[in-house]
Amino acid sequence: MIPELGHFSLIIALFLAMSLGVLPILGAARNSRVLMGVARPLAYGQFVFIALAFGVLAHAFLSNDFSVLYVAQHSNSQLPGQYRFAAIWGGHEGSLLLWALLLSVWAASVATFSRHLPEEMVARVLGVMGLIEAGFLLFMLLTSNPFTRLLPAAADGADLNPLLQDPGLVIHPPMLYMGYVGFSVAYAFAISALLGGKLDATWARWSRPWTTVAWVFMTIGIALGSGWAYYELGWGGWWFWDPVENASFMPWLLGTALIHSLAVTEKRGAFKSWTVLLAIGAFSLSLLGTFLVRSGVLTSVHSFASDPKRGIFILGFLVVVIGASLLLFAWRAPKVGLGGKFDMLSRESLLLSNNVLLSVASASVFVGTLYPLFMDALGYGKLSVGAPYFQAVFVPLMVPMVFMMGLGPLARWKKMAVPDLASRVRWGFASALVIALLLPFLMGKFLSQESSKWSPLIALGLLMSFWIIASLIISLKQRLSGEGDLAQRLRRQSMSFYGMQMAHLGVAVFIIGVTLVKGYETERDVRMNVGDTIVAGGYEFRFNGVTQVPGPNYVAGEGNVTVHRDGRLVAELHPEKRVYNVSGMPLTEASIQPGLFRDLYVSLGEPIPESEGAWAVRIYIKPFVDWIWAGCLMMALGGVLAISDRRYRIHQKATARASAEPIVSNLQGQAS
Amino acid sequence: MKLRQKRLVYILVALAAVGLAVGLVLNALKDNVSLYFTPTQVYNKEVPQERSFRIGGLVEAGSLKREGDGLTVHFVITDLKKSLPVVYKGILPDLFKEGKGVVAEGKMEADGVMHASEVLAKHDENYMPPEAADALKKAKSVQ
Repeated sequence: MIPELGHFSLIIALFLAMSLGVLPILGAARNSRVLMGVARPLAYGQFVFIALAFGVLAHAFLSNDFSVLYVAQHSNSQLPGQYRFAAIWGGHEGSLLLWALLLSVWAASVATFSRHLPEEMVARVLGVMGLIEAGFLLFMLLTSNPFTRLLPAAADGADLNPLLQDPGLVIHPPMLYMGYVGFSVAYAFAISALLGGKLDATWARWSRPWTTVAWVFMTIGIALGSGWAYYELGWGGWWFWDPVENASFMPWLLGTALIHSLAVTEKRGAFKSWTVLLAIGAFSLSLLGTFLVRSGVLTSVHSFASDPKRGIFILGFLVVVIGASLLLFAWRAPKVGLGGKFDMLSRESLLLSNNVLLSVASASVFVGTLYPLFMDALGYGKLSVGAPYFQAVFVPLMVPMVFMMGLGPLARWKKMAVPDLASRVRWGFASALVIALLLPFLMGKFLSQESSKWSPLIALGLLMSFWIIASLIISLKQRLSGEGDLAQRLRRQSMSFYGMQMAHLGVAVFIIGVTLVKGYETERDVRMNVGDTIVAGGYEFRFNGVTQVPGPNYVAGEGNVTVHRDGRLVAELHPEKRVYNVSGMPLTEASIQPGLFRDLYVSLGEPIPESEGAWAVRIYIKPFVDWIWAGCLMMALGGVLAISDRRYRIHQKATARASAEPIVSNLQGQAS
Repeated sequence: MKLRQKRLVYILVALAAVGLAVGLVLNALKDNVSLYFTPTQVYNKEVPQERSFRIGGLVEAGSLKREGDGLTVHFVITDLKKSLPVVYKGILPDLFKEGKGVVAEGKMEADGVMHASEVLAKHDENYMPPEAADALKKAKSVQ
C-alpha cells in the first residue's frame, strides 16, 4: 500500500507542476495578481508531494520491500544501510526521481528567497520551472515509474552494482544533479526576461547568485566523480573523457562562460543577448547530458541497459525545450538589445574572448562525444573517439584562455591602452616564464626521480599556472594600494573580488596538478611473488602476500604492501580484490596513501595461476595529483565567497526599484 | 576606427577563431578515431593495415593463456563464426572473463595476431558492450 502512496503523490505533483507551468505565466501576461499569486503555493506544493514520493521510495529501500520492482533490481537484504539509501539513485528510475526532487527544491528556494523580486518576474520564473518539472514527472510516470510492483515479490534483491557501493557515490550524484538542475534557474530567469522583454543590470544581479550556486554544486559534483574514478576504478586515472563525464563537462564549460558573462551584464549592461543565449545553452546541455546518460545510446561506464522508448521521450523533450527557447530568443532578443559599448582592448573584450573560447571548447567536446553517435546513425559503422582527440583540441584552446584570464582582472572596463596593460604585467609574465623554464630541472630532484625531465608541455603548464598567480599578485597589489593600514584596505575589498581571486587561484592549482602528474608519474604493472620488492620513484615497495578477509557483503583478498624510503617505513597499504556475495562480481579496491606532493597508489591485478601466492600488481606514484581536486574545491569556494557578497543581501529591495530605471535608460541611450 | 570597421574586425576575429577551432577538431578527429570491426571482417581482410582499430566479440572459452611473466596474456575473440587471436601485456579488467563480451583496441601485426594496447570489459556483469553484441548479431545474420 505504501508504494502506491508514492505513485499517487507523483501524480498529484504532476498536476501541481502543470498548473504552476500555466497559471502564473498566464497571470503575468494578463497582469492578474490572483493568477501570479498561486505561483509560490504551487511551488511549495509540488515540492511536498515529490518529497513524499522520495520518502516512500526511501522507505521501500530501507525496509527491503522487494515487491517493488526497482528495489528488487537495485538492492539486497545484505546491503549495508547507507548503501541501501544511496541505492535510491543507483538506477534509472530513482535517479530521475532525485532529479525531480532537486528541481522542486530549487523551485521552492526561488519561491522563498525572491521576496524582493517583482511579482511578474517570480511568476514567470516559477512557471518555467513548473513546465520543466511537469515534463520530467510525465516522463517518469509514462516510461520509468519507480513504484512499479513485482508480483509475486522477489525473495531477495539483485543487489546494487558493487562499483556504486562507495561513500563517493552516496554524494556524487546528488551534488552533480544539484548543478545540472540548478542551471534550470538561470534558464528560467533568462526565459522570463525574454517573455517580459526587460533585461537589465538588475535582472543580472538577481540571477547571478543562483547561477553561481548551481555552478558551485556542479564543480564539486564533477570533482567528486573524478576522485571516485581515481580510487574506485583502479586505473589511477582521474579523467577518461568518457561520454558521461563529457556530458557533465559541457554544461560546466558553458556555465563558467555564463557566470562571467553575467558579471559583465550586471556591471556594464553589456553582452545581454549573449548572456541569455548562454543560459539557454547551459541548461540545454544539462538536459542533453541527462539524455546521454539515461537513454543508453552511448557506451560508457554509466550506461544502464535501457529501453529505447525513454531515449525518444527525452530527445523529444530536448527538442521542445531547445527549439521553443531559441524561437523565443529569435523573436524577443532584438527587443532586449545588445547593451553597452566597449573598446577593442578592455575588460569586456577579454571576457568576451574567454566566453567564446569556453563555448568553442564546449562545442569541441560536444563534437567528440556525439560524433560516434552520428556516424553510427548514418550507417558509417561504429567507431570511437579517444582521449587524444580531446587533448589535441583542448590544450590549444585553453592556452589563450588562461593567458587572458590573467589579463582580465587587471584590465579596465570599457577602454584600456595596450602599453599601459603591458607595462603592468611585464614583470609578472617575465617571472612566470623564468619559473616555468627552470622549475622542471628541480622537479626531478624534488620527486627523487632518476633524472630531471624537461619537456615543453610541462613548461607550458607551469607557465600558465604561474602566470595566473603572478597576475593575481599584481591585481591584489593594485587593489590594496591606498589609504589606511593593510587590514583596513583588505577589508575594503568586496567578497566577490576575493571569490574571483580564489577561483582563479584554483585554476592555477588545478593546472599545476594536471601538469605535474602527467609529467612525472610513475606507473608499473608487475608480477610480484610474496616477499618481492620493487623500486619506483625512490620508494621501495614490498609485497607481503594476500589474505582472505570477510566484509559485510563481500569477501576480499587483502594484499599487504609495505613502502620504504631510505630504509624508513613510509606506508603500509592494503589493496583489496573483492568478490561480492550476491552478484559474484569482482571489484578492485585500490589502496592510496595521499600526500601533499605525491600519492602512493597500489592496486591488485589478478592472482598468477600455478605460483605460490604471486599477484599481478599495479604500482603508481602520482605526484601532485591531489592538487587537481584541491584546485576544483578552491574554484567552488571562490563561488561561495562570491555569493556571500553583501550587495546580494542588503538594500536589495530599495536598489531594485531605484536603480533599475536609470540604468536601463542610460544603457539604452548608449546603445542607440 | 569607426563603429562599422570595428564591428568588421570583431567579426573577422571571431571567424578566424571559429575556423581555427574547426581545423583543430577536424585534424584531431582524423588521427584519433578508431573504427570497430568484427572478427568476421578481420577474416575477410576488411581492416586497415598499420592502423589501430577496435574489435568486439566474446572471449572464446578455454582460450586464455598466460606467459611466465604473469602479465602477458593470449586469448581469442570470437563472433561465433570467425575468431581472432589477441595478445595483451598488462592487467586485465575485473570483468574480463571467458565467454563474456569484450572490446580490444590494437593493431594487426605480421604474425596474424592482434597486439592490443587496451582491453575493455564493461562495469556491469549483465551489460554487453554494444560493439560485442553488434558483432554477434552480424555474424549470425550472415548464416
